Formats: sequence, C-alpha cells, structure tokens
Amino acid sequence: MRALFAALFMRDLRLALRRPSEALLPIGFFVVAVALFPLGIGPEPQTLRTIAPGLMWVCALLATMLSVSQLYAADHADGTLDQLMISGQGALVVATARSAAHWVLTGLPLVIAAPLFGLMFDLAPASIAMLGFTLLLGTPILSLLGSVGAALTLGLRGAGVLVILIVLPLTVPALIFGTGAVAAVEGGQSAAAHCSLLGALLIFTVLTAPLASAAALRLAVE
Amino acid sequence: MHAPSPASVTAPPLSAIGLACERGSRRLFSDLAFELRAGEMLWLRGCNGRGKTSLLRLVAGLGSAAQGQLLFDGGARPARRRVVYVGHANALKEDASVVESLAFLLRIHRGRSDAAALAAALAHWGLLPQQHALVRTLSQGQRRRVALARLAVERQPALWALDEPFDALDASGIDCLNDLLGAHLQRGGSVLITGHQGALAAGAPRRELDLDDCAA
Repeated sequence: MRALFAALFMRDLRLALRRPSEALLPIGFFVVAVALFPLGIGPEPQTLRTIAPGLMWVCALLATMLSVSQLYAADHADGTLDQLMISGQGALVVATARSAAHWVLTGLPLVIAAPLFGLMFDLAPASIAMLGFTLLLGTPILSLLGSVGAALTLGLRGAGVLVILIVLPLTVPALIFGTGAVAAVEGGQSAAAHCSLLGALLIFTVLTAPLASAAALRLAVE
Repeated sequence: MHAPSPASVTAPPLSAIGLACERGSRRLFSDLAFELRAGEMLWLRGCNGRGKTSLLRLVAGLGSAAQGQLLFDGGARPARRRVVYVGHANALKEDASVVESLAFLLRIHRGRSDAAALAAALAHWGLLPQQHALVRTLSQGQRRRVALARLAVERQPALWALDEPFDALDASGIDCLNDLLGAHLQRGGSVLITGHQGALAAGAPRRELDLDDCAA
C-alpha cells in the first residue's frame, strides 16, 4: 500500500518536473488574476485591504479547479488507471496519492505565493500570516474535493466545466471560514474559531473525499 | 491454517460458469462456461464487438459480470490474487523514460523492480539501447515491447490475461513474446489471450474458445 502510494506520488512529481510549463500553469493563473484586481478596482488601500482575503481565496479556488479537472483523465486514456486499479491495493490509495501530489504541485505553491501578494494589498503582517495559514489548511480541502469531481466526471465530454460546477459549491464552507479568519485578524479579533472549523473541515474531507473518489474511479473503469 | 480440500487442489486456476457480460444495455455473450487449467493457453476468438476485451477485463477484476461467476482456483477471487493483465492500451507515460515506465509498472504490481531485473527484461525485448529514451520518442511497436516487458520479470505461475499482445510487434517481437508464453506455460502458468492465431508459436499448446458460440 505504501509502495503504491510512493510510486504514484513520485511519478507525478517527476512527470511534473519534465513539463514545468504545465505544472506552473495554475500558479501563473493565480498571479495574473490577483494582480489584475488592483488595476481594475483602483489603488485605494482601504478597499484593497478589505477585499484581499476573499479575492486571494477565490483566485486560489479557481486556480485549483483549473488543474484538478484533468487529474485522472490522462491515466484513464492511456490505460494506467486500469493497471493501478488491479494492482490489488485499490482505488483508495490511488485517489489519496493523486490528491496529495496535486496539492504539492498546486496548493503548496499557492500557499507560498499568497503572502507575497498580501504585501501588494497592504495587509498587516498578522493578516498575511493568517492568510498563509488558512490557505495551508484550506488548499488540501480543495485538492481533495477536486479529486472527487475529477473522478466523477471521468470520461465525460465537457468534464472541465462540469468539475467546476460540482466542486465549487462544496468548497463554500472552506471559503467562508478561510476568509473569515483573516477578516477577524484584520478586525483585531481572535481567529481561533474560524481556524478550528477549517481544521475540522480538513479532517472531515481527508476522511471522506478519498472514499468518494475511489468509489467514482471504480465506476469509471467498469 | 487448515489443509486445502481436495477439490481446491485440483480446481483449475480459472473457470467460468454461466457467465454473461453487458456493455450498456447490449448483452455481449451469455451462458459462457470454460475452464483454464494450469499450463494451458486459451485463445479467445469471436468477431469484433463480441466481448473478448470485456471478458479479459472481467478476469482482471475491472468490472463485474451481468450473470454467472468466475472462479479462481475453484473459489471466489482471492484478495491478493494476481492476474497479470496487459490491455490494448500500453499504460505508458509520454514523458517517462523506458526504464522508468517499466519500473513503475512493476512497482505498482509488486514485481521485482531492481536494476538487474529491469535490465534483464529490457534485454529480452532488445530495448537496452533505448532504456533512457522518453516514451514519446518510441514507435508503436517499441511501446508495445515496453508494456509487455514486465512479462519477462514474472516467475510465478500466475494467470496472464493478454489483450491483443501481438499488435504492432514485428517478427522478432512476436518471437520474444512466444518465448515468454512458452516459458510461462512450462512452469505451470495459464494464459488467456486474444489476437491473431497466426502469431502464436506453432508448437504452443492451446485451446480455442469461440465467443460467437455464446452470442446473446
């Protein structure tokens, strides 16, 4: 089980390194989208400070969705998914390993990039730290939920848009608690409640989303 | 641990009873019954769309039968039963090298994936000179060789389910595969295979199973 996880996880990282332009696409989207807002809204610092947490969370959400819709498509098309499913260790390991690799390749760069953009939006250091922390808790949720959507729409036409329609409503709680925590820090209040709820959400998603992905993958290969 | 009953000792590695398979709402075959014994090769025949690939996928554990059942060693599919399945898709990644692809396939199936085993398998298929080439630079025939190379590592008398393995192989590739099939049957393995009969080695023991006889 650990061997399959490691083999799959390392393969994903190695293939991503071979095609860096593809791997950098989501983070590139995030950078461009976030940088456009100050230009469109105007340089009023108070306004930017107010919208920054929500803006960065929404952009992170969309950047994740951009890359997650193809999570299983290539493996499905070239027969790798069939081989993984009959390896005797099951779809659960496949779903977990693919989600983990997706988070390392997409979520982690977002967690690192977001604080840099916090400076651009004139956020206080405490708010920037909280933004990074909520994204650290929240982006794994996005990868895991995205994996469920990608597995459910495997082999369908127009899967990309369908994944976004399925997954975005499910990410609303993460969005609310994530931005709420930063807003609380901005307002001088404790963000402990928001962070606890986000953490609970992460635990719940880690426990349930791979099961749902695995079930959807089993249906897809039949 | 209790001793295996006499029935399970003599039971064939694979048998089917009243097997039926559906794709969508279409029934491909029904009332299919066969036995595949140790050291035997069963060659699947049937016109296009008769369900040869679907039968192989059922055996591999990808999908479930509409009716009937498959018995492995006379019982239900054991959790750790290894069916070596090579589908018509090669399961290779364009951006991985030949040796990486083979190592990955062996690792996920818990085969030997040390350097010596990899080198021996690649040498059998004449792929050593290309071992560090990316899959995307290979021809179809060479890709097929990489996908089939894992058969050269197998030492267990397991059940092989091969879907059109001779596709895209040239004469020397066909000989390579026939050598492996012969050795596998020799050690008591069993093979379920589709494809052109002409490609199978003349001396190889085989039976035919015509799915057209079980057309629904």
